[in-house]
Amino acid sequence: MPPSTAAILAPRYWRKPPLIKRAWVRWALGVGTVVYLALALGTIDVNWTRLSEGLPRGARFFAAFFPPNFTGRWNDISDGILESLYMTVAATVIGIVLSIPVGLGAAKNIAPQAVYYFCRGILAVSRSFQEIILAIFFVKLLGFGPLAGMVTLSFATIGFYGKLLAEDIEHTDPSSAEAVRATGAGWLQWINYGVQPQVMPRMIGLALYRFDINFRESAVVGIVGAGGIGATLDTAFNRYEFDSAAAILLIIIAIVMLIEYSSSYVRRWVQ
Amino acid sequence: MLQIRGLTKRYRTGDLALKTIDLDVPDGQVMALIGPSGAGKSTVIRCINRLVEPTAGTVILNGANITALGSRDLRRARRRMGMIFQEYALVERLTVIENVLSGRLGYVGFWQSFLRKFPQSDVDQAFQLLTRVGLDHMVDKRADELSGGQRQRVGICRALIQNPDLLLVDEPTASLDPKTSRQIMRLIKELCGERKLSAIINIHDVMLAQMFAERIVGLQLGQIVYDGPPNRLTAEVLTRIYGEEDWAATIRKADEDSDEAKSEPRAVPLELRQPHHDRDRMAGLT
Repeated sequence: MPPSTAAILAPRYWRKPPLIKRAWVRWALGVGTVVYLALALGTIDVNWTRLSEGLPRGARFFAAFFPPNFTGRWNDISDGILESLYMTVAATVIGIVLSIPVGLGAAKNIAPQAVYYFCRGILAVSRSFQEIILAIFFVKLLGFGPLAGMVTLSFATIGFYGKLLAEDIEHTDPSSAEAVRATGAGWLQWINYGVQPQVMPRMIGLALYRFDINFRESAVVGIVGAGGIGATLDTAFNRYEFDSAAAILLIIIAIVMLIEYSSSYVRRWVQ
Repeated sequence: MLQIRGLTKRYRTGDLALKTIDLDVPDGQVMALIGPSGAGKSTVIRCINRLVEPTAGTVILNGANITALGSRDLRRARRRMGMIFQEYALVERLTVIENVLSGRLGYVGFWQSFLRKFPQSDVDQAFQLLTRVGLDHMVDKRADELSGGQRQRVGICRALIQNPDLLLVDEPTASLDPKTSRQIMRLIKELCGERKLSAIINIHDVMLAQMFAERIVGLQLGQIVYDGPPNRLTAEVLTRIYGEEDWAATIRKADEDSDEAKSEPRAVPLELRQPHHDRDRMAGLT
């Protein structure tokens, strides 16, 4: 009998190879994580009496929201909503227009190395600041009002949209882009025919998603003075008009849901 | 006339893909480039239109030294070289006719192409070509709705609308079934004949190469190890190109086919060949 046949007949032991080969590293990581988690939980000091007092207080606060009062401050609310929408539309369009060249430059497969690092730098800076921090900065720079909010949201949009555009370009099929290049097309024609059709559906979907984010963020940046519905919401809280605040929150939820539904419809349509 | 002299390519990884290749392709010649995977077939044709930059050597097409051109002149030179790809390489979300018209990108300005306002003569030519390959009823279909054979026909139209002097064909049948493969190869051969085009066809399938090419060049590890007519591909030659294997079946079958393929265009009167063309048109439409 040849040796190979004998090997087949003998029962052979098999187990899925572990993710981390060295056993001691595997165990050290597992045990270490558990110990750290236990210690971390230990440092959080829960004051149970404070919590039991706080619960009814929270409930009272929540109850103050009902019934939501749409009419009392309707003028302020509608002004805020409209201002937020203007801000959102302008910021989304400006941000996306500015992010296209940055995104093209930040795609490794189409940009020269120097351009790539420069554009990645812009994206990193834009993404490393949270909208609130940007808003505080731009309010200081441009004064209170929706202009600061619009600039904030535009700047944040560049980081978001540029990065996702660059990554989508990096995942395009190189062969069809190569085929367009082989026809003798110029650089812009190459982008327009070889790359753009491949990234377009996803980028339209992401534009709508960013619109949605910008609207929600417009409510937040308003709290630090950058205009829009956030300013109205902040005023309502400061005056303890929780019923008006509830109305504002409900309107924000309704608008976000509306954008969400329409964007999923549009995404299916552009596929 | 294409002249390649001392063409060498070393990739950044250090792999020497081509070792000083010399090759002449006269006008109107359909040449098949065969060889095992990794022999450098794709590198050869990509060095000709400089989608891959050669490390050394010259490529001269109709007197113009392609290897010495700056980027602007290179784009002009690429217009004269149509390329057909393995997985069709169509832009899937564009329509059939947009894909065909993209072959004119080297001839029109950016805004013209961006607004899809191609000159009427280009549009006429696109319709003519699509009619020739039997796809004139699918003009506004998106490329991803087509079958493999249909997509390759669109790829062929895109290459031909460039009005090229030379076709560079990279594994045109690799993702097609045997019947469609033959139809596509026959179409390429016929169109080359009609337009007096020369072609370099990279192909895995030795039998298809023998059936449809008038000259075979065998590439092995970046060197030419055979250059001659299809009927001189003996077992010994195939062993030199691909390595030891039982080649008997390949050769015997191929001889019959190549005889047929050779005699057919000359011996059969045009009227009798008509159904043949119709068969071509129907290919991939079912």
